Amino acid sequence: MSDWFNKTAFEIREAVAQGDVSAREVTTSFLDRIEAVDGAVGAYTQLWNDDALAQADAVDAKVKAGEALGALAGVPISLKELICTTSGETTCSSRILNGFQSPYNATVTKKLLAADAIVLGKVNMDEFAMGSSTENSAIQKTANPWKLSCVPGGSSGGSAASVASATSALSFGSDTGGSIRQPAAFCGCVGLKPTYGRVSRYGLVAFASSLDQIGPLSKDVRDAALALNVITGKDPLDATSADLPAEDFTQALTGDVKGLKIGLPKEYFVDALSSEVRTMVEASIEVLKAQGAEFVEISLPHTDYAVAVYYIVAPAEASANLARFDGVRYGFRHPDAKNVAELYVKTKTEGYGKEVQRRIMLGTYVLSSGYYDAYYLKAQKVRTLIKQDFDEAFKQCDVILTPTAPAPAFTMGEKSSDPLEMYLNDIFTISANLAGIPGISLPCGLSESGLPVGLQLLGKAFDEATLLRTAHCYEANAGISLGTPPIA
Amino acid sequence: MSTISKSDVAYVAGLAQLDLDEAATARLVGEMNSILGYMEKLNELDTDAVEPMMHAMALTNVFRDDEVKPSLPRELALRGAPLHDDEYFLVPKILDTEGGGA
Repeated sequence: MSDWFNKTAFEIREAVAQGDVSAREVTTSFLDRIEAVDGAVGAYTQLWNDDALAQADAVDAKVKAGEALGALAGVPISLKELICTTSGETTCSSRILNGFQSPYNATVTKKLLAADAIVLGKVNMDEFAMGSSTENSAIQKTANPWKLSCVPGGSSGGSAASVASATSALSFGSDTGGSIRQPAAFCGCVGLKPTYGRVSRYGLVAFASSLDQIGPLSKDVRDAALALNVITGKDPLDATSADLPAEDFTQALTGDVKGLKIGLPKEYFVDALSSEVRTMVEASIEVLKAQGAEFVEISLPHTDYAVAVYYIVAPAEASANLARFDGVRYGFRHPDAKNVAELYVKTKTEGYGKEVQRRIMLGTYVLSSGYYDAYYLKAQKVRTLIKQDFDEAFKQCDVILTPTAPAPAFTMGEKSSDPLEMYLNDIFTISANLAGIPGISLPCGLSESGLPVGLQLLGKAFDEATLLRTAHCYEANAGISLGTPPIA
Repeated sequence: MSTISKSDVAYVAGLAQLDLDEAATARLVGEMNSILGYMEKLNELDTDAVEPMMHAMALTNVFRDDEVKPSLPRELALRGAPLHDDEYFLVPKILDTEGGGA
């Protein structure tokens, strides 16, 4: 029996469709792998073994009957704790949603089930996606599979750790300020944040509605393209989803980048960047140059303001979105409240962790009377300037190349005492969310201490095709195959 | 912009429906001053002539026809409620008056 857990989603789907292996055998291989390594990694918060095997049997019955198979037939996947599923719970790794069973599936969940994917369970995250290390989970710690004393990144840390430790072939996370790309970089996998509007947000528990986007984490770029094919599309249940013709993104992976113009923003190659990461990112430029891509220096002059804008806009939206968790309709309710006013206060105070309370406080403050113009309105105006920077830059280039994070994964506890220092870890990823453009992180090597380093590519709005083509060409020619880490 | 005091934190906590103890209030005074102090750098930019960006996609008024469609069945909508009577969500009494004469 081969180690199916080490195969890509594409390989698994092919093998299942051709009858080389049953979906049950593939699923069992992943479940055994989870049993073997997830005790140490801690990616999974919920495991649905019986449901997964039943789904696998349904796929095998389809194969036997010669029925048409979905694009992810037999592929074992995991979902971040904030994507609604009628199976199991949807907790956002928060105490306030402990035990919450969603009455409906997210549109993405529906699409994945319709594509015959096998859902193994849910994976850990920073509470309500607020964090860059998954240390803010109210459920458990998740370790970086490459070095268990290090964080997996966040907020989709469980997704990245599960793909990196080969306990799911694909995982679906969300990215509000880098929450797919940064953990992908820290764990050595591919993480794609699609253009805002590309994927329906219906059933994604909202953090910051003008920034949130669902995307895949995968072993390679082809799997990212395959996953994107399945989850995109206009959804009447999300008014901000874009109405665009269906695309097969795997067709974009031509291997050809001749004449492609790639921009290097000088503001991203600054002192905050570790020299190790800089060296690896610069080496990646040579790989793409050798394939015929042309590099141009560009400027994104307002880069230095992005963290400030983001940590006003995102908490402001969050403070409004999280007002709905009040202990009345679902989730945790404090047992000791004597009246409704007390019910709200006691429930929220007990139900939310430290970081979530901090962001609600910041968001409430910047929206409060007397401070709205000085903070919130000011931030929205600078957001316009950041968006205009990208509009100008994309007149000179097709894709932008940057590091994903300033340094490799940090040690657990290292940054948890200083929130501002944690926020500054997002400097290279948050501009894409503010501008609404797509971005992808992919591995570009291992640091001296054996930790993965991520390369980020940013594309024009709704041009995931060029983004994926560039990423795929790099991956095919860089000769970097991190493989699966020895977990110990 | 101004510095955040203890009473500011207490005021905002009231708006946010949070009950912060002494230690949490003191911690947030420090953290909010540090974070909002960092935000001051936005004042380096002259934005008088800049339009605010509300959303990543420039959309206005996404309309649809007003048709009656099936909605969430009541039992599913109530399933997650901490307390319900099969018809309504139940909460403690809203007016905390003597003798419960609300």
